Amino acid sequence: MKWQTVIGLEVHAQLKTKSKLFSSAPTSFGAAPNTRTHFIDAGLPGVLPVLNKEAVKLAIRFALAINAEINDQSFFERKNYFYQDLPKGYQISQLQRPIVGNGQLQINLSNGQTKNIYINRAHLEEDAGKSIHDSHADYTAVDLNRAGTPLLEIVTEPCIYSSEEAVAYLKSLHQLLRFMGISDGNMQDGSFRCDVNLSLRLEGATKLGTRTELKNLNSFKFIEKAIEYEICRQQDLLESNIAIIQETCSYNPNSNTTESMRKKEGENDYRYFPDPDLLPIKITNNDIEDVRKNMPSHPSKIKQQLIEIDKLSEDNISFLFNHPATLEFYFTVKGLTKAPVKLIVNWLKGHYAAALNERGLQFDSNLISSDKFAQLLDRINDKSLSNNNAKIVFTEILESECSVDDIIKRKGFDNKNDNTELRNIVKLIIDNNQQQVADYRAGKDKLWSFFVGMIMKQTKGQADPQVVNDILGEFLS
Amino acid sequence: MIQQSLKALHRQLINREISSVELTQEYLERINKFIYLNAYINVDSSVALNNAKKADKNIHSGKITPLTGIPMAHKDIFCTTEMPTTCGSKMLANYTSPYAATVVTKLESAGAVMLGKTNMDEFAMGSTNENSYFGAVKNPWDITRVPGGSSGGSAATVAAGLAAYTTGTDTGGSIRQPASFCGISGIKPTYGLVSRYGMVAYASSLDQGGPMARSAEDLAIVLQEMIGTDSKDSTSLTTQEIPSYINEISKPIDKIRIGLPECFFNEKTDKSINKAIMDAVAIYEKAGAEIIPVNVALHNFWTPCYYVIASAEASSNLERYDGVRFGHRSKHAENLQELISNSRSEGFGIEVKRRILTGTYVLSSGYYDAYYLQAQKIRRMISEELRDILNRVDVIIGPTTPTCAFKIGEKITNPTERYLADIFTVAANLAGLPAASIPAGFNAGLPIGMQLIGNHFSEARILQLAHFYQQQTDWHLRTPKELEEKP
Repeated sequence: MKWQTVIGLEVHAQLKTKSKLFSSAPTSFGAAPNTRTHFIDAGLPGVLPVLNKEAVKLAIRFALAINAEINDQSFFERKNYFYQDLPKGYQISQLQRPIVGNGQLQINLSNGQTKNIYINRAHLEEDAGKSIHDSHADYTAVDLNRAGTPLLEIVTEPCIYSSEEAVAYLKSLHQLLRFMGISDGNMQDGSFRCDVNLSLRLEGATKLGTRTELKNLNSFKFIEKAIEYEICRQQDLLESNIAIIQETCSYNPNSNTTESMRKKEGENDYRYFPDPDLLPIKITNNDIEDVRKNMPSHPSKIKQQLIEIDKLSEDNISFLFNHPATLEFYFTVKGLTKAPVKLIVNWLKGHYAAALNERGLQFDSNLISSDKFAQLLDRINDKSLSNNNAKIVFTEILESECSVDDIIKRKGFDNKNDNTELRNIVKLIIDNNQQQVADYRAGKDKLWSFFVGMIMKQTKGQADPQVVNDILGEFLS
Repeated sequence: MIQQSLKALHRQLINREISSVELTQEYLERINKFIYLNAYINVDSSVALNNAKKADKNIHSGKITPLTGIPMAHKDIFCTTEMPTTCGSKMLANYTSPYAATVVTKLESAGAVMLGKTNMDEFAMGSTNENSYFGAVKNPWDITRVPGGSSGGSAATVAAGLAAYTTGTDTGGSIRQPASFCGISGIKPTYGLVSRYGMVAYASSLDQGGPMARSAEDLAIVLQEMIGTDSKDSTSLTTQEIPSYINEISKPIDKIRIGLPECFFNEKTDKSINKAIMDAVAIYEKAGAEIIPVNVALHNFWTPCYYVIASAEASSNLERYDGVRFGHRSKHAENLQELISNSRSEGFGIEVKRRILTGTYVLSSGYYDAYYLQAQKIRRMISEELRDILNRVDVIIGPTTPTCAFKIGEKITNPTERYLADIFTVAANLAGLPAASIPAGFNAGLPIGMQLIGNHFSEARILQLAHFYQQQTDWHLRTPKELEEKP
């Protein structure tokens, strides 16, 4: 029997807003428990939600990026259930009329082909707090800092047929969200959460099989492995004529297996109804145009420019797309320096990246400002600074507040390309040591280092050894 | 003192005939004297006197509003930081809010001196104030009878002169019905005029806060300070121009068209009540008003529609009371399920549980369409019918309630009978329309209330009509003999 895997993906992305979806408390990760929690987030008696318009703008931005329908009127609904980290006993979400409708995202597959993944909808909802089960022996601790953080839930059609397609889609989506400033997309911190809905059916069948839901997958690698395992598990069961139970599973990376979390006896009854505390979201064409005018370029457009105009290799483009800050730094520096693109990328990829990695920083840390970096590249480019010296200057910049030119001056690197002075020095040494010249010419090769030593002494060790060899060679030949 | 209008009190305060501290002390003594009415849940004399001292300072420095220094009380559903907010429930018996309701802040800025928090039906669910964890409130006119609810404590407080005015909330009649049973005046404003931030929610799309006082004139003064756009309440209206109510109410009533729905005058209503309302209508007619009978075809749907929607919203609004972050937490719990279940079972009274169950049911899968969705559609129709009528008439008049105050304990065994007490009042909440109740007579010593319903934003017109009526009658000036005779 030939089985077809059918996958639908749900991603919950935390939106990159300053404050929460319905309160003015700041969104943030890692703060002391319950210090980023407004009364509204804690669901105290008498509080009311007030919609954060920035979240709406980011949702519109996402819709534009995937060419999706935008509902001119959408509304919020309450999803009711009890849990210790759901303060109001309901989550404010959207069900019937989400803010974003049908859209699509193109992915690239390893065989060189592309595929359009159909996104069914994306809606706004608030995140719940966090339950921490392992901080006390007898208690579960509840931290409400995360409660109320804006989420965009992005749901695909069941149009994904392999783990490769799934991971390709998720990586593309991840990159899109990060590079368009919609979400930080940090899987470790939980700002990009993926749930996989997976079922099998006989090839050629039209009806979907019973699906399981895979949750708590916080790396692309785990997602791939979990899907592969689950496909095998379901296939084994189906081929033994055992029915699949509709349930939620988590992936155990230690055993590389999926484990049942809880059985879904049908679905929970969340008793959705429109939230009477909030007005419908109304979006006009003006609102959409405003967002369009003020949003960053689509990553695919940027990549195209990098290929066609900057003529960067795939490898280098990959490097720049490692993090939005890298790409931004590249463009800023490019705008400030006359150095060619190749030089910029080499230095970013090489020395600067190494320095950042040592310190665990990203390109937005301002370890070296774009101005200084651009200046350094200029000096290398106009050949007033040799590559070796440039490395030294670079290290110097990391440790001092001085400008690039000041460091160059201080280190005495500024005259090194003026070979006239070096030539004069060499000539003087040759003239003053005629006996040694004659001896060398007669065959005493060891005297070469004698001359080099004197030149280096005279130039305080700053002369470029290669240039010294060239000039000395000229004079001694 | 208990008969003084807000204007009179204000005059005495600014003329230094009496200080706010003295006035506050008089009210505090009086509250103690009539403690058996159980109108208050919490009274805090040090908070009250502190605020009175501040008010006196302000009066001396000329920083005054019509309410500065005048002692009042808030229904215990409004969050205050200086005193607990219990909502009449064991669930919140020891809860002190870390923030104050917008209504509280506004009145405080206007110089109000809060004496305490008044008793109420638990979480505003009830029409008799018998559903309070803190015990029933007694009607000052007959202490064997209920004051109405859910703002029973607020109504009894005004009727017994235990504060110059109070705040209440009205979801299906909870300001108007107790005002009617206690012989005082109360108004539920247009939905959205008064901020709901800090007003603990019962049914979000129906709840509205409003003043309760001895006269339409007093209502006008207090209402002015309570209303206004609040960015913290998304359902709060950014309104057109708000008139000065106190200026509007004294204007002569010109050719007013009064609508009289026949469904308000049925055999279920006490004959004495019908008569009182018709006498009132005659007074308006004599002054030049046109009386127009109107037919409200959908009136039989008002009460069921209200109960489906109110209980649905309430069942959701009360989910936050789970014993986790605040409020009552059960000591008998081994796991999360038990913690939540037991805290709620122990913390909520029977009427609250009844409405939560009803609300959960009408929202549940398989029943949502037949109940909740259907009720919302009917609500729309009810609103449209009333607005149609209010395009043809300026105000709809009728009794506030079909009977006068009943005995304490009388309706306890039959909840649906109690629900019928709301039969005339719920429509205004469903349609978001402003409505008031003012005293219109007595039957065997028990007050009768007349209801006026106007179109959206017609508070000035309603109060104007009420004020005119109160110039021609003195029902609103009467005080319970019960209290006069006490030494």
